[in-house]
Amino acid sequence: MTIPNISNSETYLRMYRQMVRIRNFEDNANKLYLTAKMPGLTHMYSGQEAVAVGLCEALEKTDHITSTHRGHGHCVAKGADFQQMFCELLGKEEGYCRGKGGSMHIADQENGNLGANAIVGGSAGIATGAALSAKRLATGAVTVCFFGDGALGQGLLYEVMNMAALWSLPIIYACENNLYGEYTHVSEMAAGQLKTRASAFGIDSFEVDGQDVLAVNDLAQDLVVRARRGEGPFFVVLNTYRYHGHHVGDINRAYYRSKEEEDEWKTNRDPIKNFAHWLIDKKIIDQQDLTEIQKDIAAEAEAAVIYALAARYPSEREVGDHVYKI
Amino acid sequence: MREITLSQAVNEAIAEEMRRDPTIFLLGEDVAEAGTPFKILSGLVEEFGTERIIDTPISEPGFTGIAVGAAMTGSRPIVDLMFGDFLTLVMDQMVNQAAKIHYMSGGKLNVPMVLRTNMGATRRSAAQHSQSLHAWVCHVPGLKVAMPSSAYEAKGLLKTAIRDNNPVIIFEDKLMYQDKAEVPEEEYLIPFGEAKIHRPGRDITLIATSSMVQVAQQAAESLAQEGIEAEVIDPRTLVPLDEGTLIASVKKTSRAIVVDEGHRNYGITAELASRITEKAFYYLDAPVQRLAAMDVPIPFSPPLEDLTVPTPDRLVVAARAALKGELPHGA
Ligand SMILES: Cc1ncc(C[n+]2csc(CCOP(=O)(O)OP(=O)(O)O)c2C)c(N)n1
Ligand SMILES: [Mg+2]
Repeated sequence: MTIPNISNSETYLRMYRQMVRIRNFEDNANKLYLTAKMPGLTHMYSGQEAVAVGLCEALEKTDHITSTHRGHGHCVAKGADFQQMFCELLGKEEGYCRGKGGSMHIADQENGNLGANAIVGGSAGIATGAALSAKRLATGAVTVCFFGDGALGQGLLYEVMNMAALWSLPIIYACENNLYGEYTHVSEMAAGQLKTRASAFGIDSFEVDGQDVLAVNDLAQDLVVRARRGEGPFFVVLNTYRYHGHHVGDINRAYYRSKEEEDEWKTNRDPIKNFAHWLIDKKIIDQQDLTEIQKDIAAEAEAAVIYALAARYPSEREVGDHVYKI
Repeated sequence: MREITLSQAVNEAIAEEMRRDPTIFLLGEDVAEAGTPFKILSGLVEEFGTERIIDTPISEPGFTGIAVGAAMTGSRPIVDLMFGDFLTLVMDQMVNQAAKIHYMSGGKLNVPMVLRTNMGATRRSAAQHSQSLHAWVCHVPGLKVAMPSSAYEAKGLLKTAIRDNNPVIIFEDKLMYQDKAEVPEEEYLIPFGEAKIHRPGRDITLIATSSMVQVAQQAAESLAQEGIEAEVIDPRTLVPLDEGTLIASVKKTSRAIVVDEGHRNYGITAELASRITEKAFYYLDAPVQRLAAMDVPIPFSPPLEDLTVPTPDRLVVAARAALKGELPHGA
């Protein structure tokens, strides 16, 4: 693991906090679903926190991301606020999208999140377009395009990676390989090596342990700097695991993955637990202060949920708003 | 006034707008040095360079998606989609992404992009290069759809499309690229949602889109020789639609025929006819008729292909029948 740099303590602790915030957010979202307080379904990011946090911590607020149906983690990591997120999940007026997007479409433009996307691979074009804009308008912004292993089956991705390579765009394609697309293992859906898909376009490609936030962040820092210098695009496979079902309703999973496999990841490869051990081990923080952080975040999440549950729905008059920008 | 071709009108519109606004760029297949297979964009790359007139690989979903993302982040892209038939390839980007982003984000994000493409049969191009698929996108809230019927309309509508803050799809009839019309040298814009009455008349309303305006004009001239005064109206944009002008005309004439080159089934003509019956039913003296492309894939063989599209002759026959009360179940 990375050698700690004490001057980075603040960054380490912020990464820890952000990962815990994502886990807390998801636990609360799951609870809202299980108690029938949330309309629709949602896809939990729990288990994959180190990916979103490791990458987003390397970005500035003005950098862009595009996200997926499993997007809460990206949204939090890019700086979103719990209250507006829970309001959006519940379809409330104060949500990031005034309740019109919901879990699968949260966009937070102010923090550079161009939106989650419910079409698998659907945001690859948008992300690449954002990178083209950044290059043309010389804004210096870098875009991270998050997508799952399942999106490797979508042709759009290969079309835009080809163009990104031809045009040297400042973009990082971040493939979160959590081993499954819905209820099917990646090995049944993606032939050959995942990484070499991008190498075919001459794109520098990497594979990293997506449970190790420091490894992800180290790589991300490097790639973001290089992308800003015009050396992009890049492609990264981040090996990770989702703890919950494909969505909150996917409870009985034995037919596609074993309990032992889940336990192995949760027990030995949990990104938050392992990072906590490292922080304590390197004397960056002690257990007591970590517990304080966890408590604060739990309280923040709880308050946001209470707020969102009580918040107003949008007025019926709004249904016809925002079809067109005036 | 000077006359220029529809192709030149499109070229001028793009050049003028690109001079005005540096955030505009254009991308598509063979758009730069080649100036497109139709040579519509010739000369643009010389003025604006390959940074702004961008040749792409043959990846329609990819470059359309890229335009969506660029439009969300401060650029105003124009996509050149070589054939309207390839709309099928970019539907996810236009329908699930571009059309919905403003709404889904509660008004935070928007997609100021233009997708220029074409339509129209009788070019002997067979089933995959002859369709008029504009109804597909008219069905989707969040998209605007413009249908220029001449060089004049093409220039004014395209300039407005480029300045619009929403995704706009503009369909140019590929058989009209060399058609000339009077186009002023001075700048002008044509607002969306304002139909144009090309020819006033008191007896019957002919509502026609794109090249069907020419068909309607020719039919109206023949009808005039028989003493029938047809009013020819061009909606110019289907979304937004200037329903008021159409309805007012039908209330005056009490008869209407809708002519459009898309397929008849579930198409533009069905929508417009339905609006007329909803809003002007009690004024009608004959059923609203529809002339559209036959519901067959467009055949290659010229005598067959010519059967599939509305013609002035068929329109004249339909109008006469409406005037003489000869329509089945007619008034
Ligand atoms: C184009 C498209 N096809 C299918 C679906 C249905 N679907 C939603 S999520 C999903 C699996 C995606 O797997 P992956 O990309 O690995 O993401 P993960 O769920 O593992 O995060 C599928 C098939 C969809 N939303 N979009
Ligand atoms: Mg997956």
